[in-house]
Amino acid sequence: MENTQNSSVLKKLFGLREASLALIIIVFAALLSFMAPGFLSTYNINTTLIGLSMDGILAVGMTLVLVVGGIDLSVGSVMAFANVLAGMTMVTLGLNIWLSVLISMVLSVLIGFSISQFITKIKLSPFITTLSMMSIGRGLAYIITKGSPVSIGQISETFDFIGGGKTFGIPNPGLILILLVIVMDFLMRNSKTFRKIYYVGSNEEAAKFSGINVNKTKIMVYILCSSLAGFAGILNLARFGVATPTVGTGAELRAIAGAVIGGASLTGGEGTVLGAFLGIILVGLVNNALVLLGVSVYWQQLVVGLVLLSAVIIDMKVHGSK
Amino acid sequence: MDKLLEMKGISKSFYGTQALKDVNIKIEPGEIQAVCGENGAGKSTLMNIMTGILQPNEGEIIFEGEKLTNLDPRTAQEKGISIVHQELSLCPEVSVAENIFMGRVPEKKRGMVNFKEMRKEAEKVLKRLNLDIDVKQPLGKLGISEQQMVEIAKALSINAKILILDEPTSSLTESESQILFDNLLRLKKEGIAIFFISHRLKEIFQICDSFTVLRDGVHVGDGRVADVDPDDIVRMMVGRELDQAYPDKGTEVGQNILTVENISRKDEFENISFEVNEKEIVGLFGLIGAGRSEAMQTVFGINQPDSGKIKLFDKDITANNTRENIDQGLIYITEDRKEQGLFLDMDLNANVVAADLEQVSENSLVKKKKVKDIGGKFVDIMNTKYASLDQPVKSLSGGNQQKVLLAKWLAVDPRVLILDEPTRGIDVGAKFEIHTTLRELSNNGHAVMFISSELPEILGLSDRILIMHQGKLVGELDADTATEEEVMMYASGRKNDFEN
Repeated sequence: MENTQNSSVLKKLFGLREASLALIIIVFAALLSFMAPGFLSTYNINTTLIGLSMDGILAVGMTLVLVVGGIDLSVGSVMAFANVLAGMTMVTLGLNIWLSVLISMVLSVLIGFSISQFITKIKLSPFITTLSMMSIGRGLAYIITKGSPVSIGQISETFDFIGGGKTFGIPNPGLILILLVIVMDFLMRNSKTFRKIYYVGSNEEAAKFSGINVNKTKIMVYILCSSLAGFAGILNLARFGVATPTVGTGAELRAIAGAVIGGASLTGGEGTVLGAFLGIILVGLVNNALVLLGVSVYWQQLVVGLVLLSAVIIDMKVHGSK
Repeated sequence: MDKLLEMKGISKSFYGTQALKDVNIKIEPGEIQAVCGENGAGKSTLMNIMTGILQPNEGEIIFEGEKLTNLDPRTAQEKGISIVHQELSLCPEVSVAENIFMGRVPEKKRGMVNFKEMRKEAEKVLKRLNLDIDVKQPLGKLGISEQQMVEIAKALSINAKILILDEPTSSLTESESQILFDNLLRLKKEGIAIFFISHRLKEIFQICDSFTVLRDGVHVGDGRVADVDPDDIVRMMVGRELDQAYPDKGTEVGQNILTVENISRKDEFENISFEVNEKEIVGLFGLIGAGRSEAMQTVFGINQPDSGKIKLFDKDITANNTRENIDQGLIYITEDRKEQGLFLDMDLNANVVAADLEQVSENSLVKKKKVKDIGGKFVDIMNTKYASLDQPVKSLSGGNQQKVLLAKWLAVDPRVLILDEPTRGIDVGAKFEIHTTLRELSNNGHAVMFISSELPEILGLSDRILIMHQGKLVGELDADTATEEEVMMYASGRKNDFEN
């Protein structure tokens, strides 16, 4: 009896996606610190952290959408739309920066709401809906800026601080991501409302027959995902001070990759925010390693693809043998 | 006559659990053999070994005098051993002919499909089943029973000598089953051997020549069907005397709880009125397509009625959604536990608390300890067999899954329970336990209503019987005096007490 209990604890720990991912990250970082002396420098760590923080925020939202059994391909475009909308309302209309940010966030919420309406009311597939929204969002970003980046200059010290400053020696975007992960991970594990996401993703019909409001859950999830994408766009504006219509290009794929490496299932019902965070870190580390080791940036996408493939295959083998 | 197939001393274990132990089974050409056993008795494992999906740890398979080793599904099929699964495994969007020749499409030059040849062959094999359908149409256009025939035709087209049918009648109506049986007898005459897996003893006695009974992975009996009666087989399956088939009936009827007045939904059902009282079990009978599930789902709030009124404790709940009904004590337990009932990939605990997260939460946060307490308590009340509360529900047998489904709904502390086919496809033992639980609930003051397509269950468990035919309520009978024939007269539309 005791024996079986021991082995089940072991199995649980090794079965835990987050634990094995964290282990891989630690081993990888240790190796990297030997091979590339610059890796452990504060400068490198901070740049890497800032680099992955936007992707990380998108991956948090993506995890929610994947768990509910959907997908959101529009996050990169919504990020760009929010980014240029906040920048341009400020530059061309001369609005107060915080008012611009507010407008931008409200519209991000509305995008999420409209996505959810297409999916729940008109019953379009999430893939088609968000593929369309991906194109619409990017198109709007180009229309608003007429295609070229626009600098917003030095507008507000607080705004600049959010994007470029540090707190306790940690770059603010990284800190924001970490806080977001802690809060969202806690909610996904414990909140009554967020647990419903797992039920809906696991079996939508059964959730409906159990008195769970399936549509309400989906609406919440898509709104959260778009809002987080919009927020990432604004954070990017605060960081670089430039309204950039091309920002977040391909970010939806990195966010999906991160979430899936972290254990999210494309068929829904499975996935954690912590896992997605670790997945994004792993992808960020791999990219960083390529840079430090002097490999051309053109290799980055290829390597990320390979990491994703191996993660999914390993997961299949581990889960399949259960 | 020569044996077509013989399996000797078959043993198989999974992760330390012995699924089959030293099992022997044999069949002759033209024999229809029933394979009986409760869920988890090892029937599926045995059939999976026979069709090469699983490899036995011990034992041998002798087919037409030849010993088969390392049998794989493809070889088994080529040799002539085919299985028709309980859940059909065909492609609904693809044409009937292409389904029959899936993976073996006849070719013309340069890898092009020879449609003409394929259609001709498809029609030929369907003719053997007395089936005259357009083989060019997509399979999904056909009804379930015809789709099943196509699946059998597919097996025949691979020159099947042994056909395994896993619960073939579970989704067929009585008359569709009859057509299937006629076809099986036709194939029997052609010399095809058939393994027939069914929970319905009546069918076994109607069509099978012989039987093999498994219990807990062990072969406990075989013989000619003509030499035994149904009770003998049940005894072998459960390993004990069934003292009685159904629990005692209720003795008194309490106050009225649920009142349904003239509810209608277009194209589904019309003017349905009934009452359900405390301490009473009401059985709702009807043939498939009578609108029973649709009416009950509307009472539960999945859909709203176009007209009519639903009252719970004299309170109008017509406009309620499912959440509000659950909170007020009215629940509906679906007939489709896999699609609508359970979260198969999630663990037992998560399933049990799914319909009422409120009671395991504090300040909107789900408390793990409460989930465990509630989960454990209710699966144990239902006497569910499991290894760990953390195991996914899909790893349980059908009967135990059904118990988890019931546990989930008992956990919300309902007053009115509407159950849709609560014992479909589960074994005799689990069935009896569920019947007993329902009677206990009723005796404790709950109102219970259940839908069933099995006449013995309707007569045995109910206090009062309602019968639907083509969307309308056509009869109400006292279960003490009703007979199967009488109920069937109403269900088939030949009798109607409520016609104006």
